[in-house]
Amino acid sequence: MRYSALSILMNGLRGNRSWKPAWREPEPKAHYDVIIVGGGGHGLATAYYLAREFGITNVAVLEKGYLGSGNVGRNTTIIRSNYLLPGNNPFYELSLKLWEGLEQDFNFNAMVSQRGVLNLCHSDGQRDAFIRRGNAMRLHGVDAEFLDREAIRRMLPFLGFDNARFPIMGGLLQRRGGTVRHDAVAWGFARGADMRGVDIIQNCEVTGIRQEGGRVTGVETSRGFIACNKLALAAAGNSSRVAAMAGMKLPIESHVLQAFVSEGLKPYIDCVVTFGVGHFYISQSDKGGLVFGGDIDGYNSYAQRGNLAMVEHVIEAGKTMIPGLSRVRVLRSWGGIMDMSMDGSPIIDRTHIDNLYLNAGWCYGGFKATPASGFCFAHLLARGAPQETAAAFRLDRFARGYLIDEDGSGAQPNLH
Amino acid sequence: MASLVPCPHCGLRPKEEFTIKGAALPRPSPDAGADAWLDHVYLRDNPRGALDEFWHHTSGCRRWLIVSRDTFSHEISACRDAADPAKERS
Repeated sequence: MRYSALSILMNGLRGNRSWKPAWREPEPKAHYDVIIVGGGGHGLATAYYLAREFGITNVAVLEKGYLGSGNVGRNTTIIRSNYLLPGNNPFYELSLKLWEGLEQDFNFNAMVSQRGVLNLCHSDGQRDAFIRRGNAMRLHGVDAEFLDREAIRRMLPFLGFDNARFPIMGGLLQRRGGTVRHDAVAWGFARGADMRGVDIIQNCEVTGIRQEGGRVTGVETSRGFIACNKLALAAAGNSSRVAAMAGMKLPIESHVLQAFVSEGLKPYIDCVVTFGVGHFYISQSDKGGLVFGGDIDGYNSYAQRGNLAMVEHVIEAGKTMIPGLSRVRVLRSWGGIMDMSMDGSPIIDRTHIDNLYLNAGWCYGGFKATPASGFCFAHLLARGAPQETAAAFRLDRFARGYLIDEDGSGAQPNLH
Repeated sequence: MASLVPCPHCGLRPKEEFTIKGAALPRPSPDAGADAWLDHVYLRDNPRGALDEFWHHTSGCRRWLIVSRDTFSHEISACRDAADPAKERS
């Protein structure tokens, strides 16, 4: 059923008794053209674009938990394309363009809100770096504006402008950036893929990858063996473990990243603001809660919970940026497991096995990349060649020396 | 993550005193070749379970330690000085 104002009216007149579940719960078939491991945002987006753009509908998405139980429901919902490097920027801009048309495209209200993303700077060097990044964005055709201190004061008068150590000197604003309701992204892609014939199989954990004659023939799962022509891995957080089933060792470490939400407040912050002191970012959800986060905890972890030291650090940074936060109560905090790659950039590529494909290494940037990641991965699976904006995200770039190190922090995943 | 780390020199100390470098991997010889160095610098086993890591006791004895830790339960099973020759790492 297509969702529309008319469908709400008609269903309302029938007492809302004829709404159907947004996707089926099929039993796995014996064979699929493509199996996607991981029913997170990227896996579901891949299935959606495979069916919608490339006409491949005999597809299964295998998810070990329930839809939205991983990072697609654990992020801080920010979308933006304010990247410096040529290997990254066109890809994230493609993603932002897809976000802009996504709700009409998959007929689901994902609450895409282009409220602007503002990065604050606190020193001459940081200001120069931000202006350089803004110029690089504009050269790629992406919107970027540098705001001076007074312009920011008019926008966000409650920031701590005169902090002795980290005064606010200006900021780089991308007005087209913003936030999206993350659960609806998973649901919208799942529904759109399911409508086109994709089987979404929840509570189905992949336990092994069966190979014959140098090709993948299928996957062993907690619900039995399922055969496939092509296998696509999109299991961020657990990429290393899934790839190890095919004998691969990835340039990835798993780290925990925490996020927080406060009690609901009246409208207070109308854009996304990031603090250049270490790392802190905040926005306000439509329910009124302040959603904020910081850096990864800094140690390898597969546990979806973080440490109090980072809680303290994030909240200190928040209070430094917005002194008025001191009386706000934190409602919840949670952790998600990131694929931290060795250069801070993702991988969308083929592997040493002809029909095995890899989508991994999203670091912090996975959520904003969801539509483009799905689109480009589907392109690679369907056409056998990379989509042009994702051509730099090669697995062999570490061996070839073509790293995409946006931070310039080297092969030290806990510093990206 | 365990809150207290059993430093072999300082005893049980809070985790915040330490800086974590990452997996304690044996360093290849300078002439080991590009593949061995690629593996050392970029590729990781990234286990869900037991992992040996280099930790620096930054706010304590300032020694480099090897902490054996479970990456899922965060339990620390052992902690020794990285220069301890009696327990050469594999």
